[in-house]
Amino acid sequence: MNSVVCIAQVPDTEARIKIADGRRIDETGLKFIVSPYDEFALEEAIRVKEAKGGDVTVVSFGPDRVQQALRECLARGATKALHIKGESGSADALGIAKTLAAAIRSVPHDLLFFGKQGVGTDNSLVGPMVAELLGYPQLNVVTHLEVGEGKITAHREIEGAEEILEASMPAVITAQKGLNEPRYASLKGIMAAKKITIETKTLPDLGLQESDIHHQRVTVVALELPPEKSGGRKIDGGEPATAAKEILKYIREEAKAL
Amino acid sequence: MATFPGVDYIEIDSLFSEDELMVRQTVRDFVDEEVLPIIEHAHREEKFPMHLIPKMAEMGLFGATIHEYGLPGLNQVAYGLIMQELERGDSGLRSFASVQSGLVMYPIYTYGSKEQKDFWIPKLASGESIGCFGLTEPDFGSNPGAMRTNARRDGDSWILNGAKSWITNGSIADVAVVWAKAEGTIRGFLVEKGTPGFSTALHMGKFSLRASVTSQLFFEDCRIPAKNLLPETNGLKYPLGCLTQARYGIAWGALGSAMGVFNTAVQYSKSRIQFGGQPIASHQLVQNKLAWMITEITKGQLLALQMGRLKDQGKLKPHHVSMGKMNNVHIALECARMARDILGANGISDEYPIIRHMLNLESVKTYEGTHDIHNLIIGEAVTGIPAYNPPMSAQAEKEASERRAAEAAKK
Ligand SMILES: Cc1cc2nc3c(=O)[nH]c(=O)nc-3n(C[C@H](O)[C@H](O)[C@H](O)COP(=O)(O)OP(=O)(O)OC[C@H]3O[C@@H](n4cnc5c(N)ncnc54)[C@H](O)[C@@H]3O)c2cc1C
Repeated sequence: MNSVVCIAQVPDTEARIKIADGRRIDETGLKFIVSPYDEFALEEAIRVKEAKGGDVTVVSFGPDRVQQALRECLARGATKALHIKGESGSADALGIAKTLAAAIRSVPHDLLFFGKQGVGTDNSLVGPMVAELLGYPQLNVVTHLEVGEGKITAHREIEGAEEILEASMPAVITAQKGLNEPRYASLKGIMAAKKITIETKTLPDLGLQESDIHHQRVTVVALELPPEKSGGRKIDGGEPATAAKEILKYIREEAKAL
Repeated sequence: MATFPGVDYIEIDSLFSEDELMVRQTVRDFVDEEVLPIIEHAHREEKFPMHLIPKMAEMGLFGATIHEYGLPGLNQVAYGLIMQELERGDSGLRSFASVQSGLVMYPIYTYGSKEQKDFWIPKLASGESIGCFGLTEPDFGSNPGAMRTNARRDGDSWILNGAKSWITNGSIADVAVVWAKAEGTIRGFLVEKGTPGFSTALHMGKFSLRASVTSQLFFEDCRIPAKNLLPETNGLKYPLGCLTQARYGIAWGALGSAMGVFNTAVQYSKSRIQFGGQPIASHQLVQNKLAWMITEITKGQLLALQMGRLKDQGKLKPHHVSMGKMNNVHIALECARMARDILGANGISDEYPIIRHMLNLESVKTYEGTHDIHNLIIGEAVTGIPAYNPPMSAQAEKEASERRAAEAAKK
């Protein structure tokens, strides 16, 4: 059973984001991590491999820095890594999906794993788009997965209920938090990962040009930081009962939350 | 969950390899996610967080520098970075790992028979077995060479008598590496939990390293198989060789505590407002403390790193390690005290990770060779004159010999 896990490298969720040219994130000094939902995707693929054998290939599209993220995935137990070099920052979701779909065609696979969304951009588009481009069934926002003979069963939470889906393989699965508890990279894994060569490909290697992937459907026109939070209001000491009344009044009349 | 950003004033990270940084990151994440949320409670309850042992084992933190037995075979710098991150969590956690790796797996791996290694190394690496190291005795700490615990050969057995004190992991250990005199020579023995004549008792009322088990070990005609002797051990040099391993780890570990308290102090001082609507970080006296802390941490990092590189080249000497242990624990304790001060009253509460580090570091200052003993080791290295046991005045000599005579008469 071979799996491919597509991972995005994103700014650390705790990083203070700065904006350059009013249109993109300033990457100087920024720490990058594997997008957290992708960690659930990777963990699930590794578990499938541990139970059924086969390879787990991690694929990432982006500049040279994404090799670090691929290395981390190898340290956790992925067996192969493919880096597609390019300015993923100027591609929209469809551009990224086209790139990944083209890359995946050359990798043996039964299951394709994605995070349900890339943390930071939060579009939830790439996994489903790859499924459509490849003509595969897609099981999205999955919290439980069973891999059987020739078919998979996935659970997902929907409003007030749990939905259970079945699909044939190959299939696309996008991982939700709760699917599993990702492991820490083991020290042995880190040392073993050093010996694995990360394969690299360029867009032309995949038969694509920049114009095929940049701004396919969507163009970012501006990127702005949210406005500074205003000071908030302090309700001064005194009787708890009086303070509670004041808070309630605020919630009702000013915040209009009730 | 806030993740630790690290402390790196002069791009020291550029001196680490990619895999060294990955090792640090994985242990850092583990500490942020698994240790920090529970450690204040463990400290308050005086309990070692046993549930972390399998996780640490799975990551490969025990015996991480060993190349055989399927262990990771890390270099010494990566090992040091593990210790740094663990101690940023808690000195007790680092102590556990130091003892398991440096004081139990190391002597078994280095001085043990093939049979001892094959049996114990996998068990200790997987956390299935816990080890402890018994050198210190109630009457002898800095001068272990004068120990009283003894081993007598009797047919196919050794019979141990004596007591050890202040032994980390003592009461939870499945195997104790016990140092005893056999016909006057200090040798190492493996004593298994449950051996008749072997018992343990907890040291109660500790106000330091509370999240770590510290015990006394008692041996009363404790009979162990002759094959439990660590065959290569033959003198004080052997337990001291183990201590060099563990002390090296402590030099890194203490930096972890220092980084933790520094980070907390910087954050706190930038948000705590007293006079004139300004954060206390804007006052020169507070900045002076922070500047001292970051300067000493940075010097300590360079010292630890150079020790690690030398150790990997096989050139590290015990007196180098003494400088690392002595200096880095000293500055870490000073950092903890300064951070304690910067946090004011909050600095004494376990709501903040400050007072725990400060209390822990008092133990770290004493164990594995006290601060002053390491100064004496450095002193001997630079002068060639050992000063551990200086000549006594005639009066002191007389009193000492009277004491010895009285003791002998009592027996
Ligand atoms: C929490 C904790 C855990 C420990 N874990 C272990 C363990 O796992 N295994 C183990 O074997 N031991 C362990 N120890 C014991 C530790 O190693 C000893 O406490 C240490 O070696 C000091 O010995 P001591 O306490 O007897 O102090 P002493 O040796 O009595 O020293 C008291 C003071 O006298 C000073 N002093 C002594 N000799 C000289 C000299 N010649 N010149 C100048 N000053 C001198 C010392 O520096 C110190 O300031 C642990 C201790 C603690 C607190």
